[in-house]
Amino acid sequence: MNWTERKEVFKTTSGLTVKRCYAPGDLAGFSYQEKLGQPGEYPYTRGVYPTMYRGRLWTRRQVCGFGTAEETNERLRFLIEQGQTGLNIVFDMPTHFCLDSDDPRSEGEVGVEGVAIDTIQDVDDLFQGIDLRKVSTSLISEPESIMILPMYVAIAARRGVAPAELAGTLQNDIYTGFAGCNVKCFPPKASEKMSTDLIVYCTREMPRWNPVSIVGYHYREAGATAVQEVALTLAAGIAYVEALLERGLKVDEFAPRLSFFFCCHNDFFEEIAKFRAARRLWARIMKERFKARDPRSMMLRFHTQTAGCSLTAQQPLNNIVRTTIQAMAAVLGGTQSLHTNSYDEALSLPSEDAVLIALRTQQIIAEESGIPNTVDPLGGSYFVENLTDELEALAEEYIRKIDNLGGMLKAVETGWVQREIAASAYRYQQEVDSGEQTVVGVNQYVLEEEQYIKVVRPNAIELEAKQLRRLAEFKKLRPERETTRSLDDVARAAEKDENLVPVVIQAVEKGATVGEIRQVLEKVYGSFENEPSDF
Amino acid sequence: MFLGEEGDGVEKKIRVLVAKLGLDGHDRGAKVVAKAYRDAGMEVIYTGLNKTPEQVAEAAIQEDVDVIGVSILSGAHNTLVPKLINLMKDRGITDVVYVVGGIIPNEDVPRLQAAGVAGVFGPGTKTNAIISFTQKAVEGRKTV
Repeated sequence: MNWTERKEVFKTTSGLTVKRCYAPGDLAGFSYQEKLGQPGEYPYTRGVYPTMYRGRLWTRRQVCGFGTAEETNERLRFLIEQGQTGLNIVFDMPTHFCLDSDDPRSEGEVGVEGVAIDTIQDVDDLFQGIDLRKVSTSLISEPESIMILPMYVAIAARRGVAPAELAGTLQNDIYTGFAGCNVKCFPPKASEKMSTDLIVYCTREMPRWNPVSIVGYHYREAGATAVQEVALTLAAGIAYVEALLERGLKVDEFAPRLSFFFCCHNDFFEEIAKFRAARRLWARIMKERFKARDPRSMMLRFHTQTAGCSLTAQQPLNNIVRTTIQAMAAVLGGTQSLHTNSYDEALSLPSEDAVLIALRTQQIIAEESGIPNTVDPLGGSYFVENLTDELEALAEEYIRKIDNLGGMLKAVETGWVQREIAASAYRYQQEVDSGEQTVVGVNQYVLEEEQYIKVVRPNAIELEAKQLRRLAEFKKLRPERETTRSLDDVARAAEKDENLVPVVIQAVEKGATVGEIRQVLEKVYGSFENEPSDF
Repeated sequence: MFLGEEGDGVEKKIRVLVAKLGLDGHDRGAKVVAKAYRDAGMEVIYTGLNKTPEQVAEAAIQEDVDVIGVSILSGAHNTLVPKLINLMKDRGITDVVYVVGGIIPNEDVPRLQAAGVAGVFGPGTKTNAIISFTQKAVEGRKTV
C-alpha cells in the first residue's frame, strides 16, 4: 500500500527536517555515559541536579512591574499571596536607559512598561513588607544594573540584611542590551566594564546571588531560530568568561554563579531538545575550553520565559494553550525557573486575571500533570536524542562562526548578530504570510467577529505625575552637598578605572538619582547613540 | 508602487521612513516591515532605535519621504505619535502618510486617526496588507 503524507517535508519551527519515525539506527554509536550521564552528572544533558523537581520544583517567577514603586509593591504582594515563589521585577524604559522620570526623553514612558525607579526611596518602597532574607529577587535590569543592584544592597543594609544574605539574579547582560532587547546607553567597552564590575563585586560579596543572567530570550523574540538562540547565548557566555578571566578572576571562582535565560517557543520537541543541547554544550565548553574543574562551573542553570512573540492578538484566549505547551516543554527541558506569559500580552499589559491564569498554568503542570515526577522523562527517546544531537552540532558550528568574527562583542558591534536575527525574522514572517507556517486565528481558522477581552489601561499620565511628585519630594529632602560629593566620588572612581559598585552604593545612599549617576558616567565613558541602520 | 510618471519619464518610487519612536527596543516588526516595503519596490530608510519625535521629523524632511511608518510597542504611542505629526505640521508638511504598527489597543485607534494617522496595524497583520494599504494611501493623497 502507498501511504501518502500530508506534506512533502516536515520541519521544526526553526527549519530542521523531521523524519517520519526515529529508530535505534538514528542513534548509531550513542553512548549513554558520554551523551547523557545521570542527572546531576557531567555533561548534565538530563538536568543539573540529581533529583530535579523531585527535590524542589522550579521557581514560579512572574515578571512584574508598572507605575510607581507603590503600585508594583501591591502586585508583588498579591503574587506572593497567590503562591509565587520568586520575584521578577521589570523596570520602565526610562529606568532601563538610566534616565530620571523628569528627563524630557522619559515623557510618555514613565511607569508604562515596568516600574519607574529614580531613587533609593523607590526601591525601598518597592520592597515594603517583603522579607529580603526570604525572597529570591530577579532584577531585569540592563545598563541600569550599575545603579539598581547598589540600591537593592543599600535598602537591604537599612533593614539589617547583609549582601551575603541576599538571593537573586541581576540580568546585567550587555550583549542582549546591544543585540537583543536593545537597551544601551554607554559604549560597548564601557558597558562591559560596568557589567563585569558588578560580577566581580557579587563574586566577592554576594555568594547567593547570580550577578548576570545571560539572555537568549531576546534574540529569539527578535526572530532568531532555536539554533541561533543557543549559539548566541553561549557565545555571550564565552565572552563573559573571557572578560572575567582577563580581570584576573579564576574560572571556578565566578562560573558557578553564571546563569542563563532562554525562551520557550511553540515547537514542543525542538524546544525540549534545545534545552538539553544547550546544557551539554555549555558543560563541554567550560570543561574543555576553559578548563573548569568545579562541576558547578559546568552546570547551565537557566530561567525560561514562554515566547511572547508567539502570542496572538487574534482570539487571545488561544494564548493560554500556547503558553501551556511552551511551559510543559520548559519543564521537560529542565528549567530552574519559569515565567508564563499572560494571554492578553499581545494587546496590552497583563490584567490581574490573566496573570493569575498564567501562574495557575504552572501550578497545574507542577502539581496535577505528573510531569515533574521523574527526571528527564524524554531522555532516551530516539527522536529527542537525535534532535538534541543535531541542535548541539549546529549551535557549535554557529559559535565557531562567531569565534571567527572575533567573538560576541565584535559580532555585536559590527551589527552581524542583529542582521542575522533580522534575516531569520523576515524568513519566518514570509512563511506566516504564505501560510506555510500556520498561526491559528491569524492565517488559519480566522473568526469574522473577534473575541473581545477587556484590557488593562493603567492611567499613564496620572502615574507619571505621581512619580514626578515622588522624585521632587525626594530631592527636596536629600542632603544636597553630600549627594554632590558622592557623585564626585563616582566620577573619580570611573576615571581611575576602579570598581564602581562600592562608590555607587554610597552615592545612592546619599540620594543620587539614576539619571545623575548616568550623567557622571557619561562624562567619563561617553554615551551611545543609535545610528540609522540597515535592516 | 509607483507614483506615476514624472516630467523626465523616470518613475518615482514611494519613499518611506520606518521609525522607532521613544525608548522602545522592539525592532523586529520595524525591520520586517522595512524589508517588505523594500521588496515591494519602495525606497526605505530605517531610523534605527530610540529616536525622539524631533529626530524623526528632521529625518523625514531631510529624506523627503512620502510615508512615515512608526513602530511602537512601549505604550507611549498616545504621547509620541501626535507629537511627531504636530512637529511636521509646524514645519509646514501636511502631505505625509502616517502608518503606525505595534501594540496599540483598539480604543486608541480613533485617537491616533484623529491626530492624522492613516492606518494602524497590530500584531498578526500580513505584510502585503500593510504594503497595499500604504500604496493606496499614497495614491489617495495625490488626488486630494
